[in-house]
Amino acid sequence: MSGLLLVLLVALIFVVLYQVARSSEMVARIQGEEIFDKKRNKILAFSMLVVYAAFMVGIYYCHQYMMPLMAPEAASDHGQSYDFMFEITCYVTGAIFMLTQFLLFWFSYKYQRSGDRAPYYFAHSTKLELVWTTIPAIAMAVLVAIGLKSWFTMTDMAPKGAMQIEIVGKQFNWISRYPGPDGVLGKRYFTNINDKDNLLGLDWKDQKNMDDIIVPNGELRLVKGKPVELIIGSRDVIHDVGLTHFRMKMDAVPGITTRIWFTPIITTREMQEKTGNPNFVYELSCDQMCGKGHYSMRAVVIVETQAEHNIWLKKQQSYYAQNHPEVNPPAAESTSVPVDTTKKITMK
Amino acid sequence: MSNEATIHQHDVHTHDDHSHHEHAHHEHKQHFLTKYVFSQDHKIISRQFLITGIFWAIIGGLMSVFFRLQLGFPEETFKVLNTFLGDWAPNGKMDPEMYYGLITIHGTVLVFFVLTAGLSGTFSNFLIPLQIGARDMASPFLNMLSYWFFAVAGLIMFVSLFTSTGPASGGWTTYPPLSALKEASMGSGIGMDLWLASMSLFVISSLLGGLNYIVTILNMRTKGMSMTRMPLTIWAFLFTAVLGVLSFPVLLSACVLLIFDRHMGTSFYLSEIYIAGKALPNVGGSPILYQHLFWFLGHPEVYIIMLPAMGMASEILSTHSRKPIFGYMAMVLSLIGITVLAFLVWAHHMFVTGMSPFLGGIFVLLTLLIAIPSAVKVFNWLTTIFRGNIRFTVPMLFALGFVSLFISGGLTGLFLGNSALDIHLHDTYFVVAHFHIVMGISAFFGMFAGVYHWFPKMYGRFMNNTLGYIHFFITFAGSYVIFWPMHYEGLAGMPRRYYDFTNWESFKQFADLNHMISIAAIIVFFAQLLFVFNYFVSIWKGKKVTTQNPWNANSLEWTTPILPGHGNWDGPIPEVHRWAYDYRDNGDGGDFIPQNVPLRDGEESH
Repeated sequence: MSGLLLVLLVALIFVVLYQVARSSEMVARIQGEEIFDKKRNKILAFSMLVVYAAFMVGIYYCHQYMMPLMAPEAASDHGQSYDFMFEITCYVTGAIFMLTQFLLFWFSYKYQRSGDRAPYYFAHSTKLELVWTTIPAIAMAVLVAIGLKSWFTMTDMAPKGAMQIEIVGKQFNWISRYPGPDGVLGKRYFTNINDKDNLLGLDWKDQKNMDDIIVPNGELRLVKGKPVELIIGSRDVIHDVGLTHFRMKMDAVPGITTRIWFTPIITTREMQEKTGNPNFVYELSCDQMCGKGHYSMRAVVIVETQAEHNIWLKKQQSYYAQNHPEVNPPAAESTSVPVDTTKKITMK
Repeated sequence: MSNEATIHQHDVHTHDDHSHHEHAHHEHKQHFLTKYVFSQDHKIISRQFLITGIFWAIIGGLMSVFFRLQLGFPEETFKVLNTFLGDWAPNGKMDPEMYYGLITIHGTVLVFFVLTAGLSGTFSNFLIPLQIGARDMASPFLNMLSYWFFAVAGLIMFVSLFTSTGPASGGWTTYPPLSALKEASMGSGIGMDLWLASMSLFVISSLLGGLNYIVTILNMRTKGMSMTRMPLTIWAFLFTAVLGVLSFPVLLSACVLLIFDRHMGTSFYLSEIYIAGKALPNVGGSPILYQHLFWFLGHPEVYIIMLPAMGMASEILSTHSRKPIFGYMAMVLSLIGITVLAFLVWAHHMFVTGMSPFLGGIFVLLTLLIAIPSAVKVFNWLTTIFRGNIRFTVPMLFALGFVSLFISGGLTGLFLGNSALDIHLHDTYFVVAHFHIVMGISAFFGMFAGVYHWFPKMYGRFMNNTLGYIHFFITFAGSYVIFWPMHYEGLAGMPRRYYDFTNWESFKQFADLNHMISIAAIIVFFAQLLFVFNYFVSIWKGKKVTTQNPWNANSLEWTTPILPGHGNWDGPIPEVHRWAYDYRDNGDGGDFIPQNVPLRDGEESH
């Protein structure tokens, strides 16, 4: 019923508008097309100024409304330089935007049709054209230079001693794997995958797998100030590890291993204090369309101090042990891990 | 023998067969089927493209209204969704599978059916013969086939909406493995097969059209119409066709390989997959290969959409400012620059796929290079209206709106093209905002400008002005209201193609904003219906065109009769003596000199 009403309402509005439009044409005929056109042209030219003013006020208002809702400051060292570069690009493009939009609307208003002025026959000027080929070219060169420098830094090899964590996507959740005491992730192959007791298809012939820890909800536990390298994989379709707060993103592609690294610099708790939001949490979102549950493919990222991390690690049981309770790997070994990793850091 | 007579003879000679053919047609009344349905007249075919494009734009627009209802009001239910989507929206709440189906088909339809076929199909067909002085396309028959392949492609896509597993739902890019494995999503079933079939036919349509446009432009220009005297519209259509002819076949190959992977057990795109409880036998393929193939078309496709809009905006800005286009050669060179670069930037869509970062670096450089010809175009448009004598007709407003949107959307490309910034913005609402403004709305504005400007030539009547102005102001304001705030959402990391954000601590604060955007989108959608209404009513009821050249324009289409028949000119085709932008004192009180007016004594050609 309401649908029918809506259709009728729209039809009615159209008919009314059409009648108004028709009558305005009648007016035109009565007044004489020439005079009517002139008047209308003036009004429209003025409306270009109004549109421009509304446009600028709108931008200002939008900015005021949005800024408090934005993500807090970047939580990684790379993210900090990202924000800086973003700002520079904003200034460059913002200046061009303001200049060109102003000229567009101002010229429209200023050079509206008038009886007493002949349009200026101006078809070509090599000088002008060179100017606005060269200036954008220089601006681009600057942006490219800054961009590439930053790009090659961030895509360079992870620093030695970086913590390695594997993160694997599947429809529709993330699974994370920590290397365990030996600090090395063992081999895995997709044919070994089994949803019951081998989520990632670890190869049990590889001894390095024996101490690996798997967190089936994909939780990432990172240490403040310690570089982390994410080894990214996928079990089924393409997913994407999106880390908004760290300004990082990388696809998870079946059959291919991808990597990113960065150094978290603000712990979750510190960020909760900074934002004044006790529920603040770093989130990992899937950013590549992966099917029906794409929008729900969420994992939590926790940045903590080394001490907190050690406590957490101590509580973890290796995936092998979890699924093979009969063979109990020596528990003492896992306690030695955190100590090891701290050493690595201090050495660095 | 006088010069005139020689020309005439020449004319008769070259168009001999053709005109005889025409005359035969004129003599006995044509059957409705051959005149309006299986027509070989480029003007009828162009209207077929346009009206089919309008049909698809309504479908695609309506889809966006539906998924905006979901995005803006994730907690509510809507009866209208149940009415249209049936079991896909039980109790008025859209199923996520259908949500993904809708965004996929919305994208596919708008990009290919509306902004490729509807835009370049319509205007290339309509304007190429009229503006270069030809009686029809080089091959009217292939031209007709081009439309009918498109129509069948559309029909198949339409049918796919009604399959039990729903239409393709992997996004308009349909990346495998998602699109290759029917276990991965419902839309990867028969819906995906129909999508691939439809796109393959569409590629054929586009090739038939494109080859025809190129051949016609290169070979069938009237006497005196040298390449550098062609209106910029024609240059734009030429490069659009070149882009299409060189890149669409790559999409076809991507589709064919995907069909093989889906049905014949090959592993072009598949490797090491465990899905639905079992490991697939496929190893050795690469999903990235598909992305390379797809974007090798996908990126030029953006320019296939943009160039015709640019060409028409150039023409319209010049005509309605009563000034020549500024820097004609620079405009042509920038078109060439964009065309060449369009083939060299595709991998900027793939910075975060794990592609070699070094390769990424090269693509950053090449991508940002495109900003230079684009900037040249913008400054030339601005200089074109500078010190003009602007008539604010509806097409002129849309052309000005086009420039504004092109600037706004083009500048955000500098963020996304720079891999170091893209690594955060990729696949967020920033991208959605960027491409909707620059190749969605701004191309639409070019198209609207073209429709309002050439409607008098198409139907011998004007579209209603008042409705046109209302259409412009609502659409212009609405576009910015919808898409401007999305930049901020994207900067905050809000991912695109999400069905619901309520469970996300990082994105749920935008609920009110999404609410507002949805309302704006619905209003803008209805404003487009107003355009459709205006279009169809004006075909029969619009104000009649009484003069041959209602806009006082220079190009050749305005030398034809008000409603040209098949063959365009009753007498011989006019000869061209000057460039298309001689907007200046004609020595007789007029402010323009059409292309077919001979040079005055002592006048030098441009």
